[in-house]
Amino acid sequence: FLEPEASSCEGMMAAAARLFLRGANSKLSIAPGSLGTTLLKLSPNCSSRTKTQRRHAAHFTFQPDPVPSQYGPTQKMNLFQSITSALDNTLASDPTAVIFGEDVAFGGVFRCTVGLRDKYGKDRVFNTPLCEQGIVGFGIGVAVAGATAIAEIQFADYIFPAFDQIVNEAAKYRYRSGNMFDCGNLTIRAPWGCVGHGSLYHSQSPEAFFAHCPGLKVVIPRSPIQAKGLLLSCIADKNPCIFFEPKILYRAAVEQVPEDPYTIPLSQAEVLQEGSDVTLVAWGTQIHVLKEVASMAQEKLGVSCEVIDLQTILPWDIETVCKSVVKTGRLLISHEAPVTGGFASEISSTVQEECFLNLEAPISRVCGYDTPFPHIFEPFYIPDKWKCFEAIKKMINY
Amino acid sequence: MLCLLFLGPFFATATMRLLINNACIQSFQVLQLQQTFDSSLEKPQFPGASAEFVDQLEFIQPNVISGIPVYRVMDRQGNIINPSQDPQLSKETVLNFYQKMTMLNTMDRILYESQRQGRISFYMTNYGEEGTHIGSAAALDPNDLVFGQYREAGVLMYRGFPLDHFMAQCYANADDLGKGRQMPVHYGSKDLNFVTISSPLATQIPQAAGAAYAVKRENTNRAVICYFGEGAASEGDAHAGFNFSATLECPLIFFCRNNGYAISTPTNEQYRGDGIAARGPGYGMLSIRVDGNDVFAVYNATKEARRRAVAENQPFLIEAMTYRIGHHSTSDDSSAYRSVDEVNYWDKQDHPISRLRHYMTARGWWSEDDERSWRKQSRKTVMEAFERAERRLKPNPELLFTDVYQEMIPSLNKQRESLWRHVQQYKENYPLDLYEK
Repeated sequence: FLEPEASSCEGMMAAAARLFLRGANSKLSIAPGSLGTTLLKLSPNCSSRTKTQRRHAAHFTFQPDPVPSQYGPTQKMNLFQSITSALDNTLASDPTAVIFGEDVAFGGVFRCTVGLRDKYGKDRVFNTPLCEQGIVGFGIGVAVAGATAIAEIQFADYIFPAFDQIVNEAAKYRYRSGNMFDCGNLTIRAPWGCVGHGSLYHSQSPEAFFAHCPGLKVVIPRSPIQAKGLLLSCIADKNPCIFFEPKILYRAAVEQVPEDPYTIPLSQAEVLQEGSDVTLVAWGTQIHVLKEVASMAQEKLGVSCEVIDLQTILPWDIETVCKSVVKTGRLLISHEAPVTGGFASEISSTVQEECFLNLEAPISRVCGYDTPFPHIFEPFYIPDKWKCFEAIKKMINY
Repeated sequence: MLCLLFLGPFFATATMRLLINNACIQSFQVLQLQQTFDSSLEKPQFPGASAEFVDQLEFIQPNVISGIPVYRVMDRQGNIINPSQDPQLSKETVLNFYQKMTMLNTMDRILYESQRQGRISFYMTNYGEEGTHIGSAAALDPNDLVFGQYREAGVLMYRGFPLDHFMAQCYANADDLGKGRQMPVHYGSKDLNFVTISSPLATQIPQAAGAAYAVKRENTNRAVICYFGEGAASEGDAHAGFNFSATLECPLIFFCRNNGYAISTPTNEQYRGDGIAARGPGYGMLSIRVDGNDVFAVYNATKEARRRAVAENQPFLIEAMTYRIGHHSTSDDSSAYRSVDEVNYWDKQDHPISRLRHYMTARGWWSEDDERSWRKQSRKTVMEAFERAERRLKPNPELLFTDVYQEMIPSLNKQRESLWRHVQQYKENYPLDLYEK
């Protein structure tokens, strides 16, 4: 976060990008605008006009929801601020609540916990050693002892050392103890999804790994209003929850978010717009891609799309999706995660079981390829609006 | 940093970025001011370690030859070595120690045998480690939270877990508090503050750290104890738990049962350093090694560790040296990897139960007659519980589907109904008579 002021090569020095990269920055942090800047100024290739150097624009446009009126006064917040607001509400109302993880004390690498340590104390908002299996194991223990545990994993890509604690322990605590013990008070938060340049280890969407684990809840918001309400629901929920936060939306998504606490129910998919010809299902960032695809389909093909935000991946709202497919007869599911074994396969499988005779075309999955998430090839990798649009065309013409 | 929460609309601008940067730099500078840097001093200025400089190249020798000494109170014949270390417990207390250890031993014999006869599916005995259980359990408060591994049944027994409940869990019958979901010996008791055991090793270690942290914040002077074996101590979770508990200042006792084997793996294939106790200082943790077969040494160490852990909010590491006399489990035959002579030595020459018995008989607290009648009585009690457990039905198969979440979810409910319909149709193929309706 200690970065040089943008100078003549603004295109190359997009400061925002560095915020997202773990451990980057150390070399540039101390002396802003010095030797590095001079060298770049003098280089003949350094021009913001050069094609190879211009960074790709975002693959979606964030579409804010209307201002909610039923939850009291609102304030303009971006996604990370809506998270801070939810955490602030929680620490204020629940004296047992604690927030911990790597770097949360100073505010977090994505600023989600800014101000909370000063406001609530160092025993409630604290750094842990760098150890994800420890963070989750510790969080389980806090929850088992009856306190509210909010654990942060710095990137969803780094959640895997904690996989054993999550799958073998957290998810099974209640069942295996005959309901004598549980870690329902545990919520795990992690930044999730593509960010433009995150590559293999700062872009992953691992929801499918956890969807296979009974006992867990997995939730992914599309916007600040959704994020605060869903996070508060996860914290209140008496089951261990994993809350993935689309990092590309942290600053890009801005809405009027209620200041007071409110909850959005889990396991209830939301129909964002009604349609009659195709059902489009996604979660997180991809919702904004699909909303644009729905407009494109209406404009260019005269096709009416019903857009559904699944929100809760596990347990997922089978009824809402099936009800929609019964109406439209066509289903497209889209996610950034690789297509094989991705969560679209679960939705597809269940929908064909429940709605087989209603289907007019095979269910379409527009997802990432079966490769690790690439760096420079991201524009080709992601399930963008053109791929989704083309898939709709194919379904309509089946 | 506080001001950032109230500057919502302006976050995106470069001006605000500068302000944030400056605020961050300022707070960084505030932190740095707490440690003055002066390179004229010939002292290292590194934030990571506060040591002196040295100009001789020398690697620190890990002290495995004469390692951390083993604290004991009694010799192998049960005589007190240093009278100041005798906890001078009452006759009643000591008799209770003895009876709990022998009751555990008797229960182990009967349940091991019942597995051999196909009555239960699996069992793990505690032979040789009874001292570690009873000594440590007796030093705790009943409200202290216990996280175990799988060879700590004596802790539960000491706290008063009824034989019927031990049996119910092993038989997975309708009286099992765990509702028949886990393999035998995976005990748990909410009332006795004993967290249900799970098979994955060492997972309880960072959990114990978290629980201790929460307990510290409650301010009720409770402690948490976490048991594990020397094999489990190799797991990454152990490292995580030790480091977290020290860094986050948790009132926690780590109790390692170093019994010489992790299934077939002897300690010289498990670690190269001086056991587990030597790792404690690496985490900044107070550590001790004790004779695990000396119930008073275990008691004294645990008692003092507990007192200080709660008073000072820091973790303690106790490595209790002992020997696993039995096989790892009913799925193991340890003659495949160790000699019968070795096992006999520990059984005959250094056993926690016989050492305590010598202490008692030397004081005239226990006679041959007492021993005979107690053996008969304890065996009878265990057998009666055993027979009751045998006769009991298994839990209702509905319990297959509950407690996955706190609430029943629609998809699982559908699966439950589907199983019910299926079983109705194919009922002769399912052992319904063994289960409650």
